Amino acid sequence: MDWTALFLSLRLAAWTAVILLPVAVFMGRFLAFRQFGGKGLVEAAVMLPLVLPPTVFGFYMLVAFGRNSPIGDLWQSLFGHQLVFTFEGLVVASVIFNLPFAIQPAQRGFEAIAVEVREAAACCGMSPMRSLWKVELPLAWPGLMTAMVLTFAHTLGEFGIVLMVGGSIPGETRTIAIAIYDRVQGFDDRGAAIMSATLVAISLFTIAITYWLSARVGRRLS
Amino acid sequence: MALEVMARAKGPIPLDVAFRVEHGELLALVGHSGSGKTTLLRTIAGLWRPEVARVTVDGTSWLDTAARIDLPTHHRRVGIVFQNYALFPHMTAAQNVMAAMDVADRYEALRILDLVNLHGLGSRKPAQLSGGQQQRVAVARALARKPQALLLDEPFSAVDRATREKLYGEIIALRAHLAMPVVLVTHDMNEAQLLADRMVVIERGRVVGAGTTAQVMADPEALRAMGIREVAAMLPAVIAEHGPDGLTRLDAATGPLFLPGVEGAPGTQVRVRIMAHEVILSRARPEGLSAQNILAGTVTQIVAGKGPAVTVHVRVGDHEILSRITRRAAEQMALRPGETIHAILKSMSVARDHVACAPDVSVLIKRFQAPICDQF
Repeated sequence: MDWTALFLSLRLAAWTAVILLPVAVFMGRFLAFRQFGGKGLVEAAVMLPLVLPPTVFGFYMLVAFGRNSPIGDLWQSLFGHQLVFTFEGLVVASVIFNLPFAIQPAQRGFEAIAVEVREAAACCGMSPMRSLWKVELPLAWPGLMTAMVLTFAHTLGEFGIVLMVGGSIPGETRTIAIAIYDRVQGFDDRGAAIMSATLVAISLFTIAITYWLSARVGRRLS
Repeated sequence: MALEVMARAKGPIPLDVAFRVEHGELLALVGHSGSGKTTLLRTIAGLWRPEVARVTVDGTSWLDTAARIDLPTHHRRVGIVFQNYALFPHMTAAQNVMAAMDVADRYEALRILDLVNLHGLGSRKPAQLSGGQQQRVAVARALARKPQALLLDEPFSAVDRATREKLYGEIIALRAHLAMPVVLVTHDMNEAQLLADRMVVIERGRVVGAGTTAQVMADPEALRAMGIREVAAMLPAVIAEHGPDGLTRLDAATGPLFLPGVEGAPGTQVRVRIMAHEVILSRARPEGLSAQNILAGTVTQIVAGKGPAVTVHVRVGDHEILSRITRRAAEQMALRPGETIHAILKSMSVARDHVACAPDVSVLIKRFQAPICDQF
């Protein structure tokens, strides 16, 4: 059992979810409430990681963040090491790759709030920020929670993008999914089986919690 | 001062309307759906901005497209009751009311809920309340904002008839506490006549009739858009007694009126809407007639429109009753202003929801000890 890899995966999943929460709130809300030209294109772009092979996505990440790219150079000058093949690089890739899993459920959550309810909040004298905090977030909460859990669980299971952008550096970029792959390659079937079962259990547990919480929230609202 | 509204727009609903509502006055904006009346309400609240518009409240501009003033909704002190109430589903009734306060005050929220007859229901969620109770929470929430203008957008359309009749009475009673201009949007002429002081009739974004409720309801031209059969007079009356046969005797300034089963204890003040096309006129006092209500009065004017009918205004005591009869009948009877006439009304012709309780507001004020008028 590769505990380092497991904790690395959990850490990556947690960071991805934490960073994507505000993004999900503001992008989801924006896409739910605003009508603008090219909205369809923006929504399509957000969904793109769902259909692209991780290799294609990973390739563009390497091009964008690698050595001799403007972002890669900027990172190098700021932190003294390159972005790709590091944990930070994995987080950046993971955040972008999980945009659809975070934004889509959040958007559905905000869309479920009746227009009149938001208008009523404004008529009650609530500023947009106060309305977000007092009315929209409590009502969009199930959608946001789904977004975070999906992001977390999906990050745990991500393989291709990690391999492309991170490689398999122990303690830095070797996640549990990569570790399982390495064990299988090394004919360590028992190790692969234990880690696979652990990953199934964690993922199942995470998703079960969401269902349980959404049922509770559903009861609270009716 | 008070609330002044002017709006002009080409679309999506063309608008060219201006009106004014005084403090403590209830103005009904009536029109069919798509006439633009709700758009006007949304303009006042800042939820919609027509191309050219001005909204002033007590001399302060909320919206003035010419001067590029457009206060965001949350900076306008406006109370609004939406058609489907738009309560916050995750909050209790009291929390809904508190949400509209500058400083959340639970005690005050419960007091306002008492005022709208929701005593003891403060901790219920909207889903646990009936339609009528939800409407009352919405009214309480709108009042908690201490609005400079109270806007009611078809607030009775989502409840059943019996609840609606009760809510009419409550709104009439509540009005004694309201010092701000009130705008009611409705397509229901009965509702407008029972509740409003003045009316503006809107058709395709234009004002086709405006004036006091009595004026508009007697004006066939103004009512052409809403249906000429809506022409009606309103009589205040007091419930005198409930007869064993199911008829209620009402005492009006015009004399006793007998109507089927009016709800309310003897002594209750009510308003009765009498449809002009239900009133028959007779020169001689008729005898051997089935109609129970025969009121003697004087013809004050005969108003002819474009159609084959005329509206005869009959003064009975201090009040006026309207009768729609054919032009031919008026000529055959040789009716002239100043002549004595008998107005005959069939008891069964007054619909139940054309009688609204107008409770004695002094009782309500006593119930809440402190006068609440100053607060709103």
